[in-house]
Amino acid sequence: MTSVFKALAFAGAVAVSTALTPAAFAAKTDITVGAQLEPPNLDPTSGAAGAIDTVTYSNIFEGLTRFGPDGSINPGLAESWSVSNDGKVYTFNLRKGVKFHDGSDMDAEDVKFSLERIGADDSTNAQKALYADIESVDVVDPHTVKITLSKPNGNMLFNLAWGDAVIMSPETAANNATNPVGTGAFVFKDWVQGDRVEMERNADYWGEPAKLEKVTFKFIADPNAAFAAVMAGDVDTFMPFPAPENLPQFDADPRFRVIAGSTEGETILSTNNKMPPLDNPKVRQAIAHAIDRQAIIDGAMFGYGTPIGTHFAPHHPSYVDLKGQSNFDPDKAKALLAEAGHPDGFKTTLKLPPPSYARRGGEIIASQLRDVGIETEISNLEWAQWLEQVFKGKDYGLTIVSHTEPLDIGIYARPEYYFQYDNADFQKIMTDLNNTTDPGERDKLLKAAQKKIADDYVNGYLFQLANTGVVNAKLQGIWENAPTQAADMTAVYWED
Amino acid sequence: MLPFVIKRLVSLTLSLVAASLVIFFVIEVVPGDPASFMLGLNASPETVAALRDSLGLNASAPIRYWQWITGLLQGEFGISYTYKVPVRDLILDRIWISMPLAVYALILSTVIAFPVGVLAASRRNSPTDVSIMGVTQLGIAVPNFWFGMLLVLLFAVTLGWFSAGGFPGWEAGFFAGMKALTLPAVALALPQASILARVMRSSLLDTLGEDFVRTARAKGLTRRQALWRHALRNALIPVLTIIGLQFSFLLAGAIIIENVFFLPGLGRLVFQGITQRDLIVVKSVIFLLVFAVILVTFIVDITYAIADPRLRRARS
Repeated sequence: MTSVFKALAFAGAVAVSTALTPAAFAAKTDITVGAQLEPPNLDPTSGAAGAIDTVTYSNIFEGLTRFGPDGSINPGLAESWSVSNDGKVYTFNLRKGVKFHDGSDMDAEDVKFSLERIGADDSTNAQKALYADIESVDVVDPHTVKITLSKPNGNMLFNLAWGDAVIMSPETAANNATNPVGTGAFVFKDWVQGDRVEMERNADYWGEPAKLEKVTFKFIADPNAAFAAVMAGDVDTFMPFPAPENLPQFDADPRFRVIAGSTEGETILSTNNKMPPLDNPKVRQAIAHAIDRQAIIDGAMFGYGTPIGTHFAPHHPSYVDLKGQSNFDPDKAKALLAEAGHPDGFKTTLKLPPPSYARRGGEIIASQLRDVGIETEISNLEWAQWLEQVFKGKDYGLTIVSHTEPLDIGIYARPEYYFQYDNADFQKIMTDLNNTTDPGERDKLLKAAQKKIADDYVNGYLFQLANTGVVNAKLQGIWENAPTQAADMTAVYWED
Repeated sequence: MLPFVIKRLVSLTLSLVAASLVIFFVIEVVPGDPASFMLGLNASPETVAALRDSLGLNASAPIRYWQWITGLLQGEFGISYTYKVPVRDLILDRIWISMPLAVYALILSTVIAFPVGVLAASRRNSPTDVSIMGVTQLGIAVPNFWFGMLLVLLFAVTLGWFSAGGFPGWEAGFFAGMKALTLPAVALALPQASILARVMRSSLLDTLGEDFVRTARAKGLTRRQALWRHALRNALIPVLTIIGLQFSFLLAGAIIIENVFFLPGLGRLVFQGITQRDLIVVKSVIFLLVFAVILVTFIVDITYAIADPRLRRARS
């Protein structure tokens, strides 16, 4: 390094530090958000990684509809819409005056392009199946789009709110992975891979402009480092915080506020329904009665989490409390095992992915199962191994995983899905649900679906993952709940 | 001399070829498919197949090995599966953190170890020597990541003098960059300094027992004069060897420290690459590190041969 450069760098450093000092007294207009997982890329239509949505959803990219903080479906780039009586034709009225960050106008052609791109043969959209019913997308005029479905799909407005269906421009779509160009309230600025993503307020935003001028997402993988970063004030919020055991300490500190909202993550003891003896519903019922949910929530999650009795989010209006069907009753579990022909229990595998809910929860479940005579052989897997062995290879007896996609009970209608539940009655409920747009009827079907999988004890239903995190006490507008994996910064501001 | 250099070069090339084969095939057998990992739980098999195709994962192993090697020779490392940017750019960005960190830690450890080692040797068996030996024993025993966490708790959380980690980028200024690297460098340097100080001490004590030192003392030099004028220079040879080894270790071994201090360096790149099955990144970075280690060994060999003609003759 030349001495000239050193001198310049030194001068620069001095200039920066003097420039920053007075600013500390004015109200802050920037924020550093800590996150454990770095997005692999910044195109929400290109992969399943939730971290992509965390950074980009509604900050950079927007869809026709969008999730509100409470999980409701609100107008996004579509101002309003109408649905034909047969439920097959959706007509969206787009907002006027919406511009992409590169200055070009967003219109019906862009919507057509974005939605058709999902269904293309070479599409690598992770949620392609959600949009498989879209038969055609037609441009009526620059601000009106008509979507025709091959069959009615009551979830379509909901599906269109996902990050996987955001609207992008054909000119910039190919580069969105590294240089995302959307319509949102923040404009992408820089991405230092392995470290941070920076974005700035979009001055030409169509809606209410963001209050913050600058947002930096900082990626800190190690829980100890995350703790230190929060304590040292390097990050202003960390959600979700990776180590629940640290939350009481933040709670006791007046500088911070601890958030414990809801998520869409049903944490379940997934069971291989085709592997003997787990293919026997009596055995699965025995497992369900052997499990003490509260002990798992207390032991693995330090009390954060809501017990569930079926694969459904408790904060959803159609939720049915079915916990009673699988209450903690070891004696009943033993009796059921004997009835099923395994009076001395049996042995199976328990394969655990990396998150702490699985690793810690797994140890507790293993001990609870041992108490009724079921021996489990625990193996800890990395995510990639888990996907290969458990998810794709179906080579497992039991595993623990949180299904974080919203309203995903439909996975039980897929017989090839990794827990291999193949039930014609349930599949019919799901088909009916898709064909129904009437809210009352849908409510009934959703309840029937929850009941069916609880009756069949398909999986062990443990708890709804809590959205736990820590926030600077002066920060307002952070989403408490996580209806989708987003860190929507559009309404966040600093209190004076 | 020339035949010796040629011989060493051939051995270097063969080592590199062997290393590239081992790296490629070890990574081949790592379980886990990058495409399934990227697409998650809801993707259909057709989507996974489409992605595998676009990543070029469907070609046979020998073809992919050939593509990788010919790419490396042209300085093309391929495109990262997950980041979708050239691997070369990722490495170039991050080497500017890992390399300065390694050099910084090496300088720190040398600056600490030299005086401490000399002091201990010159006051052999004194209370000073005994306490230095005790402290360095502790320094070797304490894992550097744990020491790093203690440093963070004291200097970042309690005192607030440093950030808990992260790197502002060199564009924020030379001193801001060095400041961000200070705690990690100290954490890395402590065990190295402990080893180096002990090597320094024992090497110096060995030399002090040699005939030429006794001769120097017989000529009337004090013990201290003999140490500084005659023993020290000769005692440096094993110390320099250790320093050479430590540099490779510091460059490749910072994976955990980079995670503790969330520094976006090469170590963290490899770590993330492995968990995300970004295998093209993993292979290339590991190969680069192997190359660096082999190159350092080659240079050390050549330097020895220049310094000591006996080695040259014995080997050629």
